[in-house]
Amino acid sequence: MFDAALRCTRFESSIPDPESRLRGDPVSLVMDADRMSRTLTRIAHEIVERHPAPPGLDDLALVGIRTRGVPIARRIAHAIREINGHEPPTGALDITLYRDDLMRHAVGPQPLVRRTEINFSIDDKRILLVDDVLYTGRTIRAALDALIDFGRPKAIQLVVLVDRGHRELPIKADYVGKNLPTSTAQSVQVRLTEIDGRDEVEIAG
Amino acid sequence: MKKDLLSIADLSSDEIRLVLDTAEAMREIGERPIKKVPTLRGKTVVNLFFEPSTRTRTSFEIAEKRLSADTLNVAVASSSVLKGETLADTALNIEAMAPDMIVLRHGSSGAGHLLSRLCRSRIINAGDGMHEHPTQALLDAFTIREHKQRIDGLKVVIVGDLLHSRVLRSNVQLLTRLGANVRVCGPATMVPPGIERLGVTVSTSVDEAVADADVIMLLRIQQERMQGAFFPSLREYFHVFGMTAERVRRAKPDVIIMHPGPMNRGVEIASDVADGPYSVILEQVANGVAVRMAVLYLLAGGQEGD
Repeated sequence: MFDAALRCTRFESSIPDPESRLRGDPVSLVMDADRMSRTLTRIAHEIVERHPAPPGLDDLALVGIRTRGVPIARRIAHAIREINGHEPPTGALDITLYRDDLMRHAVGPQPLVRRTEINFSIDDKRILLVDDVLYTGRTIRAALDALIDFGRPKAIQLVVLVDRGHRELPIKADYVGKNLPTSTAQSVQVRLTEIDGRDEVEIAG
Repeated sequence: MKKDLLSIADLSSDEIRLVLDTAEAMREIGERPIKKVPTLRGKTVVNLFFEPSTRTRTSFEIAEKRLSADTLNVAVASSSVLKGETLADTALNIEAMAPDMIVLRHGSSGAGHLLSRLCRSRIINAGDGMHEHPTQALLDAFTIREHKQRIDGLKVVIVGDLLHSRVLRSNVQLLTRLGANVRVCGPATMVPPGIERLGVTVSTSVDEAVADADVIMLLRIQQERMQGAFFPSLREYFHVFGMTAERVRRAKPDVIIMHPGPMNRGVEIASDVADGPYSVILEQVANGVAVRMAVLYLLAGGQEGD
């Protein structure tokens, strides 16, 4: 009945576009595993520097946006522990039910909903929202709505691995791994070992 | 391509798994301080109930509200059905007010199929006569999967009023489709002829049937649907088929006991079993909300062929 829903639909995501290679679009590597590791470590240092004691990092927590924001959030949390011995808690947020394009199309499957797992209170915490690619800003808009349904954080800041521009909403990242000028015809693909078996960022088209 | 959920037969095995996986995500919403997501904002859902129901109607209504749908309940006791209106006319009048979905509970088998032909709204069958109750089977499968991490290969025994049970018909289809070995057991007068063709084995000895079971599912004795005497007395029924602690001991040590409700304590199930450590009956109720949220969400999207 809704078998079409078994196909994953794209929403400002970095899900690889399988057709881009078939079309013979040029693909270029913009970040390899080593570069990604150094980028995330640098972001972790920036986070530590911008949160001097007191209260330091005590009220800090990271929430990754599914899918690829989640492992990135965990890696940043590990990197913060390497720096000052304190690992902030991490959670996973699925924004599907908050998307602004749900129900807009008469034809088409419903996107897959996955679990949100935030096993700590976000009340009065400083939340770092983490995603792989910042593009139109619509995912972040949905994530802010979703997060606020969990409580009232003291502040929410945004961390992204890649900012590719073309915002459609007034949203700006606080920590950016790499600014990547793109055209809207291009696609940016972030791959992570936890999900894709290797670490890299590619741009196609 | 189906627009409605009338029967388990409307779902492929992959779609059943999709409902169950989506329900996993939906359940977490019920654990939040704010138990609401904006997903079905602006959608209208009519709960059209021609039979008494507490659990199912409440469950659907909570599911609809957690997804931010606008809901309204039409109960037969206060409706124009009492003034002689037919089901088709009632449905067309509700349809004229442009709801997006209708959740239908009706005493006649196939009532949902009638509405499906008449209405553009999506129809969810919440129990039609002695035919099917698909969301009950889905929540039962969800509960089983949660406890056993699988359905394939499990021994499931269903005991009770096999003849009148829509829960049975939906569950047998779903569980056999996902690879469970299903045994059914009840008084010979209540075994529908030809039920073996659904891929189940039939037993009239409950002691034999429950041996090594992973799951025991009890069905209510539906006195309101009984025309004629199917067994001498309720006391007699309990003696021969009632699920007692002694009978439960014949099953696997980690057996779970299920009942779709409402329970007749002392008829199909002993009170100490209903409240005992193997009982997951209240978990079924809790899971019902998550499963119905999943069904509402998945049906609300556009369908191919619209």
